[in-house]
Amino acid sequence: MYHESWTPKTEFLVHMKADTHDLTQEKERGHGDQTVPSDLTLRVKALESLLAEKGLVDPAALDALIDTYEHKVGPRNGARVVARAWVDPAYKERLLTDATAAISELGYTGEQGEHMMVVANGPKVHNLVVCTLCSCYPWPVLGLPPVWYKSAPYRSRAVIDPRGVLREFGLELAEDVEIHVWDSTAEVRYLVLPERPAGSEKLSEEELAALVTRDAMVGVAKVKLPQAGANL
Amino acid sequence: MNGVHDMGGMHGMGSIQYEKNEPVFHEPWEARIFALNRAVRAWRIWTADASRHAVELIPAPEYLRMSYYEQRLHSLVELMIKSGLVSRAEVENGKSAPNSLKATPALTADAVPSMLAKGKPTSREVPVAARFKAGQAVRARNINPTGHTRLPRYARGKLGTIHLDHGVYVFPDTNADSLGENPQHLYSVRFSARELWGEQASSRDAVYLDMWDDYLECA
Repeated sequence: MYHESWTPKTEFLVHMKADTHDLTQEKERGHGDQTVPSDLTLRVKALESLLAEKGLVDPAALDALIDTYEHKVGPRNGARVVARAWVDPAYKERLLTDATAAISELGYTGEQGEHMMVVANGPKVHNLVVCTLCSCYPWPVLGLPPVWYKSAPYRSRAVIDPRGVLREFGLELAEDVEIHVWDSTAEVRYLVLPERPAGSEKLSEEELAALVTRDAMVGVAKVKLPQAGANL
Repeated sequence: MNGVHDMGGMHGMGSIQYEKNEPVFHEPWEARIFALNRAVRAWRIWTADASRHAVELIPAPEYLRMSYYEQRLHSLVELMIKSGLVSRAEVENGKSAPNSLKATPALTADAVPSMLAKGKPTSREVPVAARFKAGQAVRARNINPTGHTRLPRYARGKLGTIHLDHGVYVFPDTNADSLGENPQHLYSVRFSARELWGEQASSRDAVYLDMWDDYLECA
């Protein structure tokens, strides 16, 4: 694993400086030595050949699955749902009443999003989504989860210390804001409807969608207007 | 089971390692093992609950050492061996044994989009009475099953309130172990942070868990 959470590494804020962070990771991952495939590469290759030889899997189906989650399904889907809710009060109401149906109106359905619930942030309520037991995540609207979401530090701490976790993500919430943590213990998948940022009144639905990040829809960030010189 | 996977509330797991502009997969083998796991689910030989339980059965030190996709490689191999689809010798040699099982209809590329779009809903349209209703005070049962459960340790024995009734859903504790779907009402249950963690927690915060009838008793 490249982000072994129990290995002390540099602090979170250092990680925000992507370049140095990534270079460190590359070194640890041993990418310098491309001639020797890793043990895992060989084991997975052997397993796939065995299953293909037995007629149990079709490698072309694997390619299609990978292509779907690398290129077609991701947080842009969720961002469209959020932007629609911001500009269309009737849609927002449907989304908060029957999220599965409202999200399927935009064409996002199925695997790991069969049963959806959307929870809305407000001035005095902030929602945060976690799966303490494994890695449940709403794939049709967010794609596959990032490593940190599936890792021990986030899973262990989100329920007991949500304010500390949010602080680590750079989000300090006032004491009078209620935090609701949603632990995905069943097949219901949660999406956070972030607050629409002040000053965004003139933006189109498409422009609004461009502001909505994966992190905001998990609840570890807020949606912000781009600032001059900001690196979004 | 009281495994290390049940980590809500644990200390000592370190700080969150955030990677900016993270790729969907970090290595080609991760993508292949992800896809293999999805493709074999099309056989419907084991349930998603059985699949989760297979990950939980990885011995704790190994579970913590392995990456997410390494865990999924391990659990997939164990499930296939348990189901008789492959033998351990075949996995180790990378070659099929003579006269071994072949040709379970494989998922084809053109069937992928409809499989994903449909998903596998676990709600069930069966008439099962709800034991609780919204607003009611409940206590999470103090159970310590050695098999699969979705009732985390940190909530057991704690007092909560039914937030809403999701309807009737397959019960993972039995569904993971070929004991049947045992469909029953699933609720969103609200626990105050103080009830779960004591006075150190904020009096305003709460954790919501999804819990089946069998996890709950009247408070």
